Amino acid sequence: MKILTLVRQVPDAEARVKINAQQVDLEGATLVIDGMDEYGVEEALRLREGGANVEEIVALAVGPKRVEDALRTALAMGVDRAIHVETDEKLDPIALSRIVAQVAQAEGVGLVLVGGQEADWDSQALGAATAERLGWPQLTWTNELKVEGDTLTGRHDVDDGNESFRAPLPAVVTTQQGLNEPRYPTLPNIMKAKRKELRKDDLATYGVQPRVRVVNSEIQTRARLNRMIDGKDPQAAAQQLLDLLRNEAKVIA
Amino acid sequence: MILIVAEHAGGQLAKSTLEMVTAARAVLESGGGREGPVTILVLGQNVAEVANAAAAVADQVLVADLPGLATYNAEVWAAATAQIAQEGEASVVIIGGSRSGREYAPRVAVKLDAPYLEDAIALKANGQALQAQRYTYLARVTETVEAEAPVIVVTVKPGSFAPAAPAPAAGEQYDVELDLPAPRVEVTGRSVEKSSRVALTEADVIVTGGRGVGSPENFATYVEGLADRLGAGVGATRAVVDAGWRPYAEQVGQTGKTVQPKAYVALGVSGAVQHLSGMGKSKYIVAINKDAEAPIFKVADYGIVGDVNQIVPALIEAARK
Ligand SMILES: Cc1cc2nc3c(=O)[nH]c(=O)nc-3n(C[C@H](O)[C@H](O)[C@H](O)COP(=O)(O)OP(=O)(O)OC[C@H]3O[C@@H](n4cnc5c(N)ncnc54)[C@H](O)[C@@H]3O)c2cc1C
Repeated sequence: MKILTLVRQVPDAEARVKINAQQVDLEGATLVIDGMDEYGVEEALRLREGGANVEEIVALAVGPKRVEDALRTALAMGVDRAIHVETDEKLDPIALSRIVAQVAQAEGVGLVLVGGQEADWDSQALGAATAERLGWPQLTWTNELKVEGDTLTGRHDVDDGNESFRAPLPAVVTTQQGLNEPRYPTLPNIMKAKRKELRKDDLATYGVQPRVRVVNSEIQTRARLNRMIDGKDPQAAAQQLLDLLRNEAKVIA
Repeated sequence: MILIVAEHAGGQLAKSTLEMVTAARAVLESGGGREGPVTILVLGQNVAEVANAAAAVADQVLVADLPGLATYNAEVWAAATAQIAQEGEASVVIIGGSRSGREYAPRVAVKLDAPYLEDAIALKANGQALQAQRYTYLARVTETVEAEAPVIVVTVKPGSFAPAAPAPAAGEQYDVELDLPAPRVEVTGRSVEKSSRVALTEADVIVTGGRGVGSPENFATYVEGLADRLGAGVGATRAVVDAGWRPYAEQVGQTGKTVQPKAYVALGVSGAVQHLSGMGKSKYIVAINKDAEAPIFKVADYGIVGDVNQIVPALIEAARK
């Protein structure tokens, strides 16, 4: 079986977000692999190391030239080869899923791994949309995964707890924190990654148009009171806090 | 028509469904040519009561009361919703922004070849287009997005719209037939983590404990103790849930629940961005942390630099008076 793992590039979670001309401006921001996707890369490697029949692991990224860095990270972690669909166009997940599905089909993969929630656009849609395009089942918010022959088993979070599941391959799985601990690329592997194939594709090949337009973005921070209460005398501090909550904020009786 | 898929559990219509009705009415009132009736689709088995509750707020209710719908499945829900949307020529399909809603809604969008506006906090027409607001970048940015197409799929973030009040006359109910696919994902085990307290998404006050609380025993004494005094819901950080101190149902944040109470009291919580993204819209934020540099203080309205072991017992005592 071949595994396709999607890799997005996002600003580091701690990075300050700037807005310029009503759009988020990434100029100068530290960009990293989306952590949620990194769990997918790691899981593909672990499935192979754990003895599942994995012929090849391919990483896919769609985005501007700089996205190559995220693919290099995936290659250095251990994926076999990478595909970069280079474009400056901002694609929403429904549009993006057309590319992922076409690549999955062309490559004949049996499992697609995608992060459960994008760390920048906060969308959870890509895995499900890709599964629908391929006509495959999907498992989202997965935190345990096993492949035996053509069967996928594991555990994932649902609305009110979690479920163990069994599903046939091919399938799409969305990954999240708790599934594994992603490895750091070692220097020899970083060197090796430089010789691995990183194929460039053109967006035009996929015939994809964005379906959603971003009209405007703004940072709306609520001004906070930032009122500090001295904690040295716990009784006095407790009384003062309760008074403020009762009489100033009026949020408790 | 504007099609809403009801969210319900335990034979009860969820508040989120009433919120979706308000979102639908907001679309109709803003013009743009998308028309009613506001229609609620109830998927499930033995859902007569849910359907009655839905009829109280909607113009009409379509009821699919079928054994194949006894438990939620993404592929089945998507097929059912898309089929009804097509037959009823829906111009907007509104689905709840719960974990499951955001899981099957993209499949509906692909089936209908529709654009998808995800996790909307506001919704209106802008000419022919449908415009939504949503949070991005871990809820640090509010973005306005729009799409134009004959049918658009939307998920609505829970707690963003006021629940609709009952309409003067109950909507008509109709039974619908559906062609359901066989589910391929088989559920082999289920662990429901129910918090015995006020639901986090409904609580006016939430007391949340982080790793700084120290132990599961301290969590019960301090976090639950204070929550009991204040009649509050109990929340937890991911660190606490991962450590097995508390159930996942209580987790607040990017990968947990999004909450918006009147007061959010964070005890021994550092205030990581992933946590802030789930509670940063609370009206008042209170932080108690022994580290004056903890990021939680940057978003706090009231802060106490101190040890939870000293401050919280004093708070519980003072709240008793
Ligand atoms: C993809 C991803 C998703 C995530 N999703 C979530 C999520 O949904 N929700 C979430 O919460 N986190 C999430 N996290 C984890 C998040 O980054 C933090 O690790 C987590 O929120 C930290 O929890 P904490 O504040 O309880 O623990 P810590 O970071 O360990 O902080 C403990 C705090 O307690 C204070 N303290 C210690 N002792 C005392 C004392 N005696 N009295 C008072 N204060 C004390 C310390 O000063 C410190 O500030 C996610 C992370 C990732 C990568």
